[in-house]
Amino acid sequence: MLLIRCPYCGERSEIEFANGGEAHIARPADPMSRTDEEWAQYLYMRDNPKGLIAERWRHAHGCNRFFNALRDTRTDRFVMTYEMGRPRPEIDAATAAEAAR
Amino acid sequence: MSQAFRVPGHGRVDPARTVSFTFDGRRFQGQAGDTLASALLANGHHLMGRSFKYHRPRGAVSAGSDEPNALVAVGSGPALQTPNLRATQVELYEGLTAVSQNRFPSLKFDLGAVNTLAAPLLPAGFYYKTFMWPRSFWDRVYEPVIRRAAGLGVAPTAPDPDHYAFQYAHCDVLVAGAGPAGLAAALAAGRAGARVILAEETAEAGGSLLSDRTSRIDGRPAALWVADILAELAGLPNVRVLTRCTAFNYGPHNMVALNQRLSDHLADPAPDMPRERLWQVRAQEVVLAAGALERPLVFEGNDRPGVMLASAARTYLNRYGVACGRRAVIVTADDSAYRVALDLHAAGVTVAAIADLRPAPDSALVRAAQEAGLTVLPGTTVQRAHGGTRVHGVELARLLPDGSVGKGRHWRADLVLMSGGYTPSVHLFSQSRGKLVFDAELGVYVPGEPAERTRSAGACRGVYALACVLADGAAAGVAAAGAAGFAADAPAWTVDAADEPGRGGYAGALPRRGKGLLAMAFVDFQNDVTAKDVKLAVREGFQSIEHIKRYTTTGMATDQGKMSNVNALGIAADALGRPVEKVGLTTFRPPFTPVTFGAFASHARGDLFDPDRRTPIDPWARAQGAVFEDVGLWRRARYFPRGSEDMEAAVRRECLAVRGGVGIFDASTLGKIEVVGPDAATFMNRMYVNAWTKLGVGRCRYGLMCRENGFVYDDGVVGRIAQDRFHVTTTTGGAPGVLALMEDYLQTEWPELDVWLTSTTEEWAVIALQGPSARAVLAPLVDGLDISAEALPHMSLAEGTIGGVPMRLFRVSFTGELGFEINVPARHGRAVWQAIWDAGQGVGITPYGTETMHVLRAEKGYIIVGQETDGTATPDDAGCGWAVSKAKADFVGKRSLALPAMQAPDRKQLVGLLTEAAWEVLEEGAQLVARPDEAIPMRVLGHVTSSYFSATLGRSIALAMVSGGRARVGETLYVPMEGRTIAVTVTKPVFYDVEGARLNV
Repeated sequence: MLLIRCPYCGERSEIEFANGGEAHIARPADPMSRTDEEWAQYLYMRDNPKGLIAERWRHAHGCNRFFNALRDTRTDRFVMTYEMGRPRPEIDAATAAEAAR
Repeated sequence: MSQAFRVPGHGRVDPARTVSFTFDGRRFQGQAGDTLASALLANGHHLMGRSFKYHRPRGAVSAGSDEPNALVAVGSGPALQTPNLRATQVELYEGLTAVSQNRFPSLKFDLGAVNTLAAPLLPAGFYYKTFMWPRSFWDRVYEPVIRRAAGLGVAPTAPDPDHYAFQYAHCDVLVAGAGPAGLAAALAAGRAGARVILAEETAEAGGSLLSDRTSRIDGRPAALWVADILAELAGLPNVRVLTRCTAFNYGPHNMVALNQRLSDHLADPAPDMPRERLWQVRAQEVVLAAGALERPLVFEGNDRPGVMLASAARTYLNRYGVACGRRAVIVTADDSAYRVALDLHAAGVTVAAIADLRPAPDSALVRAAQEAGLTVLPGTTVQRAHGGTRVHGVELARLLPDGSVGKGRHWRADLVLMSGGYTPSVHLFSQSRGKLVFDAELGVYVPGEPAERTRSAGACRGVYALACVLADGAAAGVAAAGAAGFAADAPAWTVDAADEPGRGGYAGALPRRGKGLLAMAFVDFQNDVTAKDVKLAVREGFQSIEHIKRYTTTGMATDQGKMSNVNALGIAADALGRPVEKVGLTTFRPPFTPVTFGAFASHARGDLFDPDRRTPIDPWARAQGAVFEDVGLWRRARYFPRGSEDMEAAVRRECLAVRGGVGIFDASTLGKIEVVGPDAATFMNRMYVNAWTKLGVGRCRYGLMCRENGFVYDDGVVGRIAQDRFHVTTTTGGAPGVLALMEDYLQTEWPELDVWLTSTTEEWAVIALQGPSARAVLAPLVDGLDISAEALPHMSLAEGTIGGVPMRLFRVSFTGELGFEINVPARHGRAVWQAIWDAGQGVGITPYGTETMHVLRAEKGYIIVGQETDGTATPDDAGCGWAVSKAKADFVGKRSLALPAMQAPDRKQLVGLLTEAAWEVLEEGAQLVARPDEAIPMRVLGHVTSSYFSATLGRSIALAMVSGGRARVGETLYVPMEGRTIAVTVTKPVFYDVEGARLNV
């Protein structure tokens, strides 16, 4: 069972968390001004990278706060977690390689 | 001849305590400390089971958890018998009952053994090849027959009467395996103050040292050294030693699962004692000290009872005091077997010959054997073992310099010992996703770079000599403790042991002379996979070891290939003409050894399977004899039968009581969320399809929530308690999801909104009082609050008290009648319910359950989210288009509702259905078609979502989702059922009081 570091509560067991899907996808400010294609893109199209993904997690059985995490989809390794609203952090090559290991 | 093979002065069993047991109905005696296998062997009984495919007679080949053959069922009775236990691990106790498996009618004479004669017809992939045609025969003929013939033991038929425990634990250093390396590691870390858990699979810590009569550590016999170390560990409060405890799964972030067997070894365990305990240990650092397993040799008849691993014979002799035969022939590719020969010789067993596959073996051990007068045959292989239910001889033959095999010579023997070298036990390391690397010198895979905070020590990483093992273990313990923050010193011991085992070895099938031999040289004993099967797989084109594994099933039995993997790899590599390290290794899957379902289920059985959510009214409903149903985790009263009423009769009575008088219903399970803050109305506007800004304080509104994709997600009545405070209700099952969705938008999209969300589901007990007499019952109870139609009209709310208890009173109805929902703090729910119940006695107040609630709401065409809707229904589809605000610029789902497909006229829409026959109740889920005579597959127009008999209307009613349904009102559609077709008329979905006159009174 994975350990996940909630930015507010610290490291806790995976079962306390709920995955919230890909991160950094902002809801359009004025949805009605979007074309059908743009809206479908926002609604349904998600990355499915083999490697690092930025995704949302919620500490469902803890503080109930959403936060973002960088995880390698091949190894399930978490590189880091960070608060909502912060931009996706840049990861150096060494860290990425460690996560892929 | 009781225990004729017991060797006095040997072993750790208690000679003073004789234990009786039965095997296949026959009485035997063993000693306290025996395993079932050692006790049977002490009685000269090798035959312990029949094999899986060919039903060959089999005996124990090992002395540990790697045993593939000696699988037995222990215990008696339909509930207590546990199948597929390894006799080598079953500890003896007085009165133990065991039976062999896979045989009919008896172990000695088994009809299934005819499969051996048919062996040429049963090659690898036999099932795949033979039963392909005709296809239709597979389901009805082939598969059932094959399934009956296959499988190992028989599962118990009655519920397991034992109970099982579960425990989470944390430690600084977890040590898996309490052999010399594990003990050294645990001591090093334990002395440094680290919290240590040491898990040992067998009943006793010590590992190989318990089978070792020659090595001395610090001048003490190895077994006494073990006792010294255990005594010191017992004195360290930070160290926990768990025996009979297998580390079987290595999960991410050092979460290691242990299975501890607590009572199986006891004749008469205390009734409250759990049988097993499952541990989930989160360790800072892990030390793997799992040891190594000896490999069998692959030759004709290597499965005959009496053919064993050399190390096993040593363990039976030195740990259990049992000689496995009178006259042994040893075949080896490693020095370690010479120590076995010397031990057996010293114990009075005749060692007829030691055949060494190596051309010129030379070491201190080899010379010692020669000096003891033992016959050593260098450059000699074994051609076949002779025997049926017991080996009686073996053919040895010279390996000639040109690689061929010379003429064979028969050697009489009742014990044939084989040693193909050692395979490090890398199962746990591999489970932890560590990389395995091929050690060319040892010819085996050993742990490489770890993926977790773990380190391997001792034989499980190819370190075999005792002095090195102890030093390796101590170093690993120091390193693990250090990494966990504890400075440790490595303990050091002087070892006086000349043995240097593990330098030799052999992988693959032994060379044969000519081609005339039958293909009964086994690689995987448990799945009856022969060397010929593996070769055949390669010949038929399987290149990847993973494919060869699946095609032949080698390594796929419950032992997960502990004995067979390296030999199978050797044969495949040979057949493929590639070096072993290029062929690769198959995956090591958990569990390391089989774990009972009971241990996994733990306490989660029966009443404890799921948490049971109960309302404050629940005890009252129980006392009334209510019948309950599960709704999510909630337990809800479904109906309240009187006398001998069945559900149908009770529901009719309850429905009529509500429509004609007054009914009382426990609605406490409704989800409730308090939405508070200066921006509460703005937030509600964005989350719900409805408009909230103009909803006055003290008013209620039916709220409908979509997800961003425009499909209905939840609904419920929302009351405005204050300008900045909404009392939101949700469906019973939807509450957690709705709160999570609200939190999602609030935290991630609109963090600027000043709103707080609080789940209040369990804060409020909700009592629904419904029916024309509801107001008359309630009015005297509400401490002067005016609940007249003028003061409290339909869809309004008031705060007040009821019998002094604070109350939020909602004038709402899910029945179509005059109705109130009385919200009181949960702790007062039961008392308030009683007060209303007492007050209603004069007008025949009737309790009703969820079933009646469903019928009453269906008569009114009120939807239930998840019953009428299925995640693809828009508000308009569900007949709730009126609820969608046209004025709002945005809400969750609005943009999606504007997509063309969401407005297509042929979308499924909510309608009512009436059958011709008033008594006929349609099946929910039944499909609707336009023409009964249409060719199959018919074009399905929709389906029945709700269907009941309405006592109020004296006929059946149904709700359905039908393509373009609202335009079909008046049409006849058809419901094709088994053997007949039912005609239905499409109607509007409201069947009763269409204008709502009964609500507004």
